[in-house]
Amino acid sequence: MTATSTEPREPIVSVRDLQVRFQTTDRRATVKAVDGVNFDVRRGETFGIIGESGSGKTTIGRALVFLLKPSAGAILHDGVDPTALSRSAFRSHRRDYQIIFQDPNAALNPRMTILASVLEPLELARVGSKAERERQAREALERVGLPQEFGARYPHQLSGGQKQRVVIARALTLRPKLIVCDEVVAALDMSIRGDVLNLFADLQRDLGLTYVFITHDLAVVSHISERVAVMYLGQFVELGPTEEVAERPLHPYTIALLSAEPRPLPSSMRTDARIVLQGEVPSPIDPPSGCRFRTRCPHAQPLCAERAPDWRELTPDHWVACHFADRPNFSPN
Amino acid sequence: MGTGRPAQPGAEGARDGARPLMSVRGLGIRFKTAQGVWQATRKIDFDIAPGERVGIVGESGCGKTITGLSILRLLPGNFAGLDGKILFDGIDLASCSARQMRAIRGKRIAMIFQEPMSALDPVFTVGHQIAETLRVHTDISYEEARAKTLEMLRRVGIASPERRIDDYPHQLSGGMRQRVMIAASLICGPQLLIADEPTTALDVTVQAQILELLRDISETSHTALMLITHDLGVVAETCTRMITMYAGEVIEDASVDEALVRPLHPYTSGLLRSLPHLCPRHGRLPSIPGRVPSIAEMPNGCRFRARCAHAAKGCEAEQALQDAGGRRVRCWRFAELNLPGALHPPGPAAAPMVARQ
Ligand SMILES: Nc1ncnc2c1ncn2[C@@H]1O[C@H](COP(=O)(O)OP(=O)(O)OP(=O)(O)O)[C@@H](O)[C@H]1O
Ligand SMILES: Nc1ncnc2c1ncn2[C@@H]1O[C@H](COP(=O)(O)OP(=O)(O)OP(=O)(O)O)[C@@H](O)[C@H]1O
Ligand code: SF4
Ligand code: SF4
Ligand SMILES: [Mg+2]
Ligand SMILES: [Mg+2]
Repeated sequence: MTATSTEPREPIVSVRDLQVRFQTTDRRATVKAVDGVNFDVRRGETFGIIGESGSGKTTIGRALVFLLKPSAGAILHDGVDPTALSRSAFRSHRRDYQIIFQDPNAALNPRMTILASVLEPLELARVGSKAERERQAREALERVGLPQEFGARYPHQLSGGQKQRVVIARALTLRPKLIVCDEVVAALDMSIRGDVLNLFADLQRDLGLTYVFITHDLAVVSHISERVAVMYLGQFVELGPTEEVAERPLHPYTIALLSAEPRPLPSSMRTDARIVLQGEVPSPIDPPSGCRFRTRCPHAQPLCAERAPDWRELTPDHWVACHFADRPNFSPN
Repeated sequence: MGTGRPAQPGAEGARDGARPLMSVRGLGIRFKTAQGVWQATRKIDFDIAPGERVGIVGESGCGKTITGLSILRLLPGNFAGLDGKILFDGIDLASCSARQMRAIRGKRIAMIFQEPMSALDPVFTVGHQIAETLRVHTDISYEEARAKTLEMLRRVGIASPERRIDDYPHQLSGGMRQRVMIAASLICGPQLLIADEPTTALDVTVQAQILELLRDISETSHTALMLITHDLGVVAETCTRMITMYAGEVIEDASVDEALVRPLHPYTSGLLRSLPHLCPRHGRLPSIPGRVPSIAEMPNGCRFRARCAHAAKGCEAEQALQDAGGRRVRCWRFAELNLPGALHPPGPAAAPMVARQ
């Protein structure tokens, strides 16, 4: 899983001052879906991104694989700016960076057999001979634990977990280096989720894959990722090693998020230290001045409305954007 | 604020012999489909005591929603029949007249759904919709109804309700709409609130607000809550009892603490162990092999058999929901199996927990 000496030393992805803006449908306003985000994804790691609905997670994921164009800032793959490549070089480059979404039904054509679906990206990329492509597709199906005979089936003959495996197989055929996984287990039944998460871990170990794992499920992210970023209204508010963020969160939003997570624990093991945030996430069209979390932050001060907090590395590898993150009394425990 | 409160006295009422608010007996629902008549649920038995908060959990398609809907007889058009009884305060909801049902629905038993937008009428203000519910069921003037609506909106945590009461549903956020739905369902002071995945569409921080609201209202108004969810964490935070369903049947019924610490059914145990955050990071998640059987091809005998690690000779026989010392389980092997729960391996706090029971 670790980088070998022949591989480039640069992080597999570097994101600098990324901004993505959208026009609202009536074209009268601009949504700052992602507004100034900086991070690196290290080779072979799983980088988690959590945050509430509309905070910009999917938008980042789509930008990472160049499914959408940043409004400003840069995304480097292995230190290279893919947009500076020639068209054909860009096309072959993109194969290394895949994305998988939540809903396997939307990703699979109901009229195509499973094998045809898995073959499709290989055919579009015109990889090898027909026989070679079929061999690769079958191999990918086998990798995700689907028996050969599934190739002849249609999506409606598969369960949700099996369909998600097909989608994963499809992404694997092009032998990517990095896969952005956007809520990939959210639509799956509880008893199936564990299986699919195990599959992701196995594939990473065997193929040296890097993942960007987007989810709003804290349990999933803390299980699968080495590092995690917490997003709020288009920005990162905290980033660090998962265990550290989970056990010693620095940002008031992270602290609230962790305490709001319902835990399946008996009453004797639950703590009373719950912070129930008031209000809801403001609109990304017109975010609050200064710190964007201040309208819901239990620790907000006048300074928070005046000045946006810096994005700083408070302890090694642990980043936070809060004026007062070094005050020890934030945490309820 | 506050989780971690012990089970309320009285919450166990139904099992201690106090008169239950509702007794469901042998409930089953059949649907007409192109492939014939499907038995979607069967032999569903449970009681809810006055003021008790019961979670109904289980995977997609196990029958949680249709069980909730059948209590209010809100079944889809292709429904082919209802078996069993639903006794609510002496009235059998499964067989009572449509008129009796209308007098109960919305007044004594209310229901809220995952997507409040589909239950709210987009052309009326939220205040109008709540006040109308009240006026249908009670003889009350427009002014009184509006005053009560304002009070209820405030109660469910809508800030400056006098400014919100004349808003249309689309002007509210998802969390606010769910609060409005809760206000509408509570306005007549129901004895039972059925909430079907009320927070699934909401963010974690807003979910926490809504769950706290439901718990608080249930406690202060003594409203019984039947909370349908697939999230065991939500049940643990909100309810005192947990009913687990699998493939159209109730397979376990126990207090939340008992079910989490020492589940008696292999499926409940498997589910608890497969939850990600209970494992060390990067460890393999224990998972339940196979998949839920489809309604069209339900196996005989124990419906969990094909996936159960403890299946043995004898499991091909029909399983009854049997008494297991104050709790119930649909597995004949329960006494000999010593199944792990959410605290596997048991944490330090687990031992006194078990001992206290
Ligand atoms: N194509 C688009 N046009 C206009 N606005 C968009 C578009 N895509 C996303 N947005 C807006 O950008 C913001 C961020 O959206 P995004 O989908 O990235 O959020 P998210 O964090 O993935 O949320 P969720 O958890 O709900 O998936 C939202 O306010 C969304 O409405
Ligand atoms: N109108 C219908 N016709 C035929 N079958 C139906 C109908 N409505 C529900 N069913 C079936 O009945 C079973 C139970 O459905 P129900 O909606 O109660 O599941 P659920 O437990 O609420 O699942 P979820 O967690 O996905 O909401 C499912 O197998 C479903 O396919
Ligand atoms: S900068 Fe201020 S408002 Fe923002 S999180 Fe920190 S204390 Fe809260
Ligand atoms: S009856 Fe048998 S198959 Fe069913 S849950 Fe019990 S042990 Fe498993
Ligand atoms: Mg998204
Ligand atoms: Mg349902």
